Amino acid sequence: MKASRSDYLVLIIGLLVAWQLLHWAVGANVVSSPAVTLKRAFELLHTKSFWNHVASTGMAFGLASVISIFAGIVIGLWLGLRRFAGDVADPILNTLYSIPKITLYPLILLIFGLGVSAKVAFGVIHGIFPVAIFTMNAVRNVAPIYYRTARILRLSLLTTASTIMAPAALPEILTGARIGIALTLLGTLIGELFASTSGIGFVLIRAMDVHAVVDILALTTLLFVFAASINALVHFFERWARHNAQQ
Amino acid sequence: MSKVGATRAALIFGLFAALEFLCRAGIINRVTMIPPTEMATSLWDILKSGRFNDDISFTLYNIAAATLLAAAAGFFIGAALHALPRLRRTTEPLLSAYYAVPTFVFYPLLIVAFGVGRAALIVMGAMFGVVAMVVNTMLGLDHVPPVVERTGSILKLDALRQLIFIRLPAAAPHLITGVKLAVAYSVIGIVAGEFILATSGVGKRVAFAYDNFDNKTMYGMLLLLLIGVMVVNGALSVWEKRLHRRFGQR
Repeated sequence: MKASRSDYLVLIIGLLVAWQLLHWAVGANVVSSPAVTLKRAFELLHTKSFWNHVASTGMAFGLASVISIFAGIVIGLWLGLRRFAGDVADPILNTLYSIPKITLYPLILLIFGLGVSAKVAFGVIHGIFPVAIFTMNAVRNVAPIYYRTARILRLSLLTTASTIMAPAALPEILTGARIGIALTLLGTLIGELFASTSGIGFVLIRAMDVHAVVDILALTTLLFVFAASINALVHFFERWARHNAQQ
Repeated sequence: MSKVGATRAALIFGLFAALEFLCRAGIINRVTMIPPTEMATSLWDILKSGRFNDDISFTLYNIAAATLLAAAAGFFIGAALHALPRLRRTTEPLLSAYYAVPTFVFYPLLIVAFGVGRAALIVMGAMFGVVAMVVNTMLGLDHVPPVVERTGSILKLDALRQLIFIRLPAAAPHLITGVKLAVAYSVIGIVAGEFILATSGVGKRVAFAYDNFDNKTMYGMLLLLLIGVMVVNGALSVWEKRLHRRFGQR
């Protein structure tokens, strides 16, 4: 079932109505009204310092995403092709994926200090595991006949991975990448909340400290729109790859 | 032990031994990390002296309450959305982008609404966990095989019995996955809340020790947190696998 344009409209109207009702129920010092908040969000979009923070977050997020996806796919392809190594690593990867990475924040700060590298590291530890796990499973689920063809053609491990496994497993790998990207964004923002001097997360924690309700909600709304757009974009690629793989 | 298991154990042991060596040799300095054996002895001291027992039970209680709330609310919302496909289709984008936004930015607002203390933390944890449960409840109900539903109709079960005896058991594997994720997310929400602002709790102790360069206490408490999460997660995973096998699904 695919959401249509009218569905999005209904969703947005529904959310605004629920938000307004919540505002009336709990008062302006807990939840500001949608009108005030959205006005503030548009104001933010017109200030230069906001865009500087966006650039700072965007850079860290971009770098962390590239590292997560690239390293995750390399690890996943290797573990997927080497059954024994994959069997050994599978539970370890799943455990690392499931531990709440936020508990590691003091460790990351002690290793990387305050700044860009800590943000990127936080993003990567969130994003790399789902990408690796999905890639590994994707490779393992590739029809054995492809693998046998590669053996007959005497392709090296590297060529097998890049010319046979990667295209065949692409749709599932993209699912992993989508989850990885969402978690990388979460990780990067968490890194900024606890350990930085610039970026959207930093602006948020400052707003939290002075209890600027309107700012908190305006920033969260913008973040949500951003996260949902990225999610939709990768989803689109995923469908495209799946469509291609079926031909 | 199988060859795979033995290799895995050797690998993990080797990693810890390497870490221990790097710390002892001073290649990783003590300000950054203390040797794993010292983390373990610190944890043992903490548990033996009982000085953080109040914090530990505070956090455990909060996690349990938040998980319960998230699982119950998530189940009902998931079941409702499953029954209303139109609404489900509409809310889909909301659910799939939910986890990319750090929900604990709402924590200060919750403090204003509930005050500093248990309630704000529990609501925070539940807000984090609920969507995972909603999504998995819907998945579980999607995967109820039509044949068992038809069997239920043939046996003329009423709606309630159909739910209790047919649908819930058939959806159980996914429901457990939902609960497992709800626990994990509740922990994130609650520990994050305790890091930011709380009167007690494991997260609060970790943050306090970090601020005071008390690495021994900090790593001891972190180890406790990680071990706790891994044990709960491992137990739920075993249960999950067993249910999946029993119902012959993947």
